Amino acid sequence: MAAIVHHTQTHAEVTRDVVATLGTPGRGYNLMLAGAVTAFLIGAGTFVMLLKDGLGLAGYSPPVMWSVYITTFVFWVGIGHAGTLISAILFLFRSPWRTAVYRATEAMTVFAVMTAGLFPIIHIGRQWFFYWLLPYPNSRWLWPNFKSPLIWDVFAISTYLTVSTTFLVVGLVPDVAAARDKMTGWRQKVYEMFAFGWKGTQHQWRHYTRAYLYLAALATPLVLSVHSVVSWDFAMAIVPGWHGTIFAPYFVAGAIYSGVGMVLTLIIPLRKALKLEHMITEYHFDNLCKLTLLTGSILFYAYAMEYFVAWYSGNTYEQVTFWRRAFGPQWWAGWTMIICNAFVSQLFWFRKIRTNLTALFLISIFINIGMWFERWVIIASSLANDFDPWAWQVPVPTWADWGILLGSFGWFGMYFLLFARTFPVVAIQEIKEMIPMPRKGGGH
Amino acid sequence: MATRKVPGVLASFVHIDAATDAIASLRGQGRRDFTVYSAAPNHEIEEALGITNSPVRLFTLFGGLTGCAAGFGMTIWMSRDWPLLVGGKPIAPIPPYVVMGFELMVLIGALSTVAGMIFLAARNSTRGLAYHPSFSDDRIGIFVPAAADQAGAVVELLRHAGATEVRHEA
Repeated sequence: MAAIVHHTQTHAEVTRDVVATLGTPGRGYNLMLAGAVTAFLIGAGTFVMLLKDGLGLAGYSPPVMWSVYITTFVFWVGIGHAGTLISAILFLFRSPWRTAVYRATEAMTVFAVMTAGLFPIIHIGRQWFFYWLLPYPNSRWLWPNFKSPLIWDVFAISTYLTVSTTFLVVGLVPDVAAARDKMTGWRQKVYEMFAFGWKGTQHQWRHYTRAYLYLAALATPLVLSVHSVVSWDFAMAIVPGWHGTIFAPYFVAGAIYSGVGMVLTLIIPLRKALKLEHMITEYHFDNLCKLTLLTGSILFYAYAMEYFVAWYSGNTYEQVTFWRRAFGPQWWAGWTMIICNAFVSQLFWFRKIRTNLTALFLISIFINIGMWFERWVIIASSLANDFDPWAWQVPVPTWADWGILLGSFGWFGMYFLLFARTFPVVAIQEIKEMIPMPRKGGGH
Repeated sequence: MATRKVPGVLASFVHIDAATDAIASLRGQGRRDFTVYSAAPNHEIEEALGITNSPVRLFTLFGGLTGCAAGFGMTIWMSRDWPLLVGGKPIAPIPPYVVMGFELMVLIGALSTVAGMIFLAARNSTRGLAYHPSFSDDRIGIFVPAAADQAGAVVELLRHAGATEVRHEA
């Protein structure tokens, strides 16, 4: 228990320490927020240029008709997966280490999926017609094609965003009520509104705990399905490098791997900025690293299997595609993916690395880079080397691609930082559940 | 319009066993109308109160089944409404529609779970019941509705169980 709830041992201290994070922000936090807003404004400016001049700015040309935007879409959907894994799946498995970090990861999920949801809309070019994706008939009374994985994706992502947001909001209610009871003035009124009349009565807890359990049970298969559906956007096509039965588990493992990487990137500075070092401890980082090691090892296997199957299939197009990934004009992207994901994750076999926060932060950056490149390699390099060698090309991102990519990090970071200052970023109620209440005789 | 306060006795407990003793004594007197506040769910309190499983699971079940049926129903009906024959393949194939059935099952199941939770919790309104901010912090609270002439006995019972603070809310 001491490792799980380090130093903070009483219920009152838990409330005090978490509610203290909602106070006036420090200089470090303001700098991070200013950086995020600047990046977002650059992205917003780029988007205005795209609206004005069209997707030609993003370098779309046959055969690569989607590259950075859809790469970044898959990247952000993937980031979201670790949040639901930690908040829902580990909740069902009763893993105590999730408690201190799950709120931050759940918020990360919601904002990552929100960010991801922007990309198909940016990609379609005429953004004002995005509602054509919804299941209603067109002017000839034709309905959407439900055999297409792209329409599955619309349903999967919107369900994922709705359920993740619901799960986050439901989990927040008792903690917002705890914050309400510590606040005064207008802030108390605001928290009162978001506490939805929560008082912590036996009736409220009775229905709440069951509802939370069922939400976790529904979110668990959902998290596995969403990235499977995303993988089928590619695997259902016959493009060399895409048409693999391994894609669903491969994408899910990659998503969790990238998500845990992002959790590390966010939590290491955040715990310092919000003075939560005694609550998010070495114990939590150690477990996060073990999860990274597991999913990184699955990715290692998947990469090896992709190359093996390409060779073993005897299909020339598959073989050439994978040869060009490793030794073609964008070999550096292929090796960035393999080194950052398959090899860097293996460093977590060493406990010294798992408990060294500087090393962890650096490794998490490599994971983020590696996982973005994984999607770039799968999507762009496969399209660039399809069945017609005369059409082969080397996709090169343009300034409009980089602008929107940077803007997406700003958009995500901005929401995450604002959340961390506005709502309890550590689950007060669940931590209290793990701390035994005092007894008359003085024991616990 | 200001909410009318429910008259009664509000007690605050530091120790969990004191609170469960008070709950057992109140239940021993045949009382079921009292309210217990705690900052986190607690199995000892649940046991003392004899809490059974919440019927919220029925909302989850019916929501999930409705969503699943809606997912299959929507896709099959829309496919048949304007049949597109492609290479002799079925007009309304089941395997790809499993995705829609599954997604809507989760979506409607989750939303109806939350709706069920709100509906069920709202049946036991907290309006007008005395409350103290320390109950979301580190104290357990028990509010027993009681008219002025019954309050003395309730105060005595709660004090005897080990309440650290007891006050009569008129």
